[in-house]
Amino acid sequence: MSGDPSARSPLATFVERFALVGAWLLVIAVFSVLLPGSFFTWQNFAVMFASQAPAALLALALIVPLTCGDYDLSGGATVTLAAVILGVMNVVHQQPIGLALWVALGAGVLVGALNAFFIIYVRIPSLVVTLGTASVVTGFVQWLSDSSTISGLDGGFVDWIIIRQLFGISYAFYVAALVAAALWYLFEYTPLGRRMLFVGKSREVARLNGIRVDHVRAGALVASSVLATMAGIVYAGVLGSADPFSGLNFLLPAFAAAFLGATSIKPGRFNAWGTFIAVYFLASGITGLSMFGIPLWVTSVFNGAALIVAVTLSQFARGRAESDLG
Amino acid sequence: MSEPALALRGLAKSFGGARALDGVDLTVGAREIHGLLGHNGSGKSTLVKILSGYHAPDAGAGLHLHGEALRLPLSLAEQRARGLAFVHQNLGLAPQISVLENMRIVEITAARRPWIDWRAQRRAALASLQQFGLAIDADQPVSTLSPVERALVAIVRAFVAIDSTRSGRQLHGLLVLDEPTPFLARDDVERLFRLMRQVVAEGASVLFISHDLDEILEITDRATVLRDGRVAGTFETKATVRDAIVALIAGHPRVATVNADGAGVAARRAATAKAALAFEIRGLAGPQLQDFDLTLRRGEIVGLTGLLGSGYERVLHHLFGAAPALRGTLRAAGVPLELAGQTPAAAVRAGLAFLPGDRQGASGAGGLPVLDNFLVPDLARFVRGGRLDWRRMRAHAGGLATRHRVRPVDLDMKLASLSGGNAQKVLLAKWLDIAPRLLLLEEPTQGVDVGAREDLWQAIREIAAAGTVVLCASSDLEQLEALCDRVLVFARGRCRAEVRRDALSKQELLRQCYAAVAA
Repeated sequence: MSGDPSARSPLATFVERFALVGAWLLVIAVFSVLLPGSFFTWQNFAVMFASQAPAALLALALIVPLTCGDYDLSGGATVTLAAVILGVMNVVHQQPIGLALWVALGAGVLVGALNAFFIIYVRIPSLVVTLGTASVVTGFVQWLSDSSTISGLDGGFVDWIIIRQLFGISYAFYVAALVAAALWYLFEYTPLGRRMLFVGKSREVARLNGIRVDHVRAGALVASSVLATMAGIVYAGVLGSADPFSGLNFLLPAFAAAFLGATSIKPGRFNAWGTFIAVYFLASGITGLSMFGIPLWVTSVFNGAALIVAVTLSQFARGRAESDLG
Repeated sequence: MSEPALALRGLAKSFGGARALDGVDLTVGAREIHGLLGHNGSGKSTLVKILSGYHAPDAGAGLHLHGEALRLPLSLAEQRARGLAFVHQNLGLAPQISVLENMRIVEITAARRPWIDWRAQRRAALASLQQFGLAIDADQPVSTLSPVERALVAIVRAFVAIDSTRSGRQLHGLLVLDEPTPFLARDDVERLFRLMRQVVAEGASVLFISHDLDEILEITDRATVLRDGRVAGTFETKATVRDAIVALIAGHPRVATVNADGAGVAARRAATAKAALAFEIRGLAGPQLQDFDLTLRRGEIVGLTGLLGSGYERVLHHLFGAAPALRGTLRAAGVPLELAGQTPAAAVRAGLAFLPGDRQGASGAGGLPVLDNFLVPDLARFVRGGRLDWRRMRAHAGGLATRHRVRPVDLDMKLASLSGGNAQKVLLAKWLDIAPRLLLLEEPTQGVDVGAREDLWQAIREIAAAGTVVLCASSDLEQLEALCDRVLVFARGRCRAEVRRDALSKQELLRQCYAAVAA
């Protein structure tokens, strides 16, 4: 990315940082004018905020290893793994939900540790390893769930995630918002966050500055899987059931949101609030379009086109210099 | 007698105010192997870069290739058409790809036909290997070859490029070998020389750039020595002895060698002699380094030098854990630290700091702001109430930038957009700021302007005066003369000599460098 931000005016910097927020407000405004009775209602926003919480959690999970320069393609599969573990333990085997939650989190740690082992110890590129574990986990999830949705999760659990509300929005949303705040704090206000940034920019530079690169990367991969597990738990709560199929459907929009988020708030870096806003920007567009009765395939087009347009605009704003990302 | 293969007249080149080349004439006869010598900063690499079209020379330079007048810089196509081919030190081979594909890369990638005739390519590659009697499997990747085999493949490839310009039975052409041999063992050098003689027997000429006087004496017909951007002399190799060449490279000692900081250095040296032991290195060995011992006193600045490939800079990498050592111990204030398992993180904890020569690839993150690069070695000191105190961090980094005269003082600017000298000041200041007990510097002022160079030297002297031990690995002998209390001279992975302050001069160091190789 190009030269120094100081060469640009404060206004240009402000516009770049908040362009995505502006685009989001614009999307809301357009659909609110066109669909005042259905889109522009508190009910619609409350549902959207809660139902997109799992997607937001997964996108946040991905930016942790992305900041360190690693891809985690197994995140989507881990979401369904967590949901299905809850379903199988709590519904099929009638185990208490508390135990099921711990087992799900343990499984997340295990997936992350496996990824870290192959990526860091065996030294295989993260793209290759996580592509493999994504497929393995997906298969395992289908075996575990017998390829069918398991409904009837613990009422108290579902109640806590989706029924109970604060300021008219389900708790699910606040879980995602809390994670975003925690990651923002990690990246901005902790030495570890700064170390992750150096690791992502150049592993050799980080190493020769005394940073334990392997530890940082391994930690990020495990954290990513644990956060994906949380996304799966919230997803199960939002649906009230465990869906073994949606892993891949989650993954691509989550990556889109991660990269889209990196064009705003802290342009040029993966950042928590940019990612969080990107998820809801994409969701608002899709919700509005679907209310028009536009067919399902438009969803994919909208997700992809929004990403490419946003990143393209951001690149032109920077004079098409070499991108820092990926 | 045919026209000379290469005739350069009045070649000059300035970078900013500095004159890298100043009226250089160089003639390489037909079927001649011509050596080109000169120490760091002599203008040797600038000359090669002008010839290969990387730099344009200042106006007024003349070039004749085989009697044909040409304008510098030459395009790649002109070089190819005139039979001018280069083998640079990195050889330009893709390690993961087969020998065959590497040898025929131009023909394979530039072919006009939409398919590749692999049988013809294979035939051509095998024929070239056979022509020079090289028993190399063309299907294995280059990475499996020994270093000398890689050099041989690169040279054969360059010869084939020259050979393709053959008109009638007459072969013209000039092969420029830019130090392809610094890491080769004696037997391997023999193989290389045999190949060079074959190339000349075919009718081409060779410009052979090397640091190794024995190689120059053995293989070349004539040689030219560059010093400070001018030709110090050209001689018939048969009629010359080693000492005469060293004298040409080193030049006459400057009469009034008054060190800019002579008094300061002398005073510090007196203090150093009495100072306490700070570090002991015992039995340090690595892939290019053998059994190195060194005892360091507080406040001492010790230089490490040698010719290219002598392994002196490895000492720093092994001490810091940047590259694994085979064995060795570093004793810091009596506490032993095993160097075989050394990691940079452990080294920093033990009070070591390392400024690598590769500024963008190893020292600092060019894509991150100056602020982050200043503070990365120890961020924990800025944590207040569980969070990084950005206001204090800014104030602290701003103070560093002012103290070390970093221009411009803009902490949000990316490191990569600073000039070389200012970036290096940031990277040195970053380590000075955490007050290391042993500071390891690798070419600390490479690619840095004169003003920044003085500033960096001054900062290094100051930290040494405060008690830090400094190890400075450099091939810049002027720098070692200006900075060091003593300098260790390496050859073939061993420390061969120690030059003390009272005898320390650029000329003496040069003499020792070449003497060390001969020993």
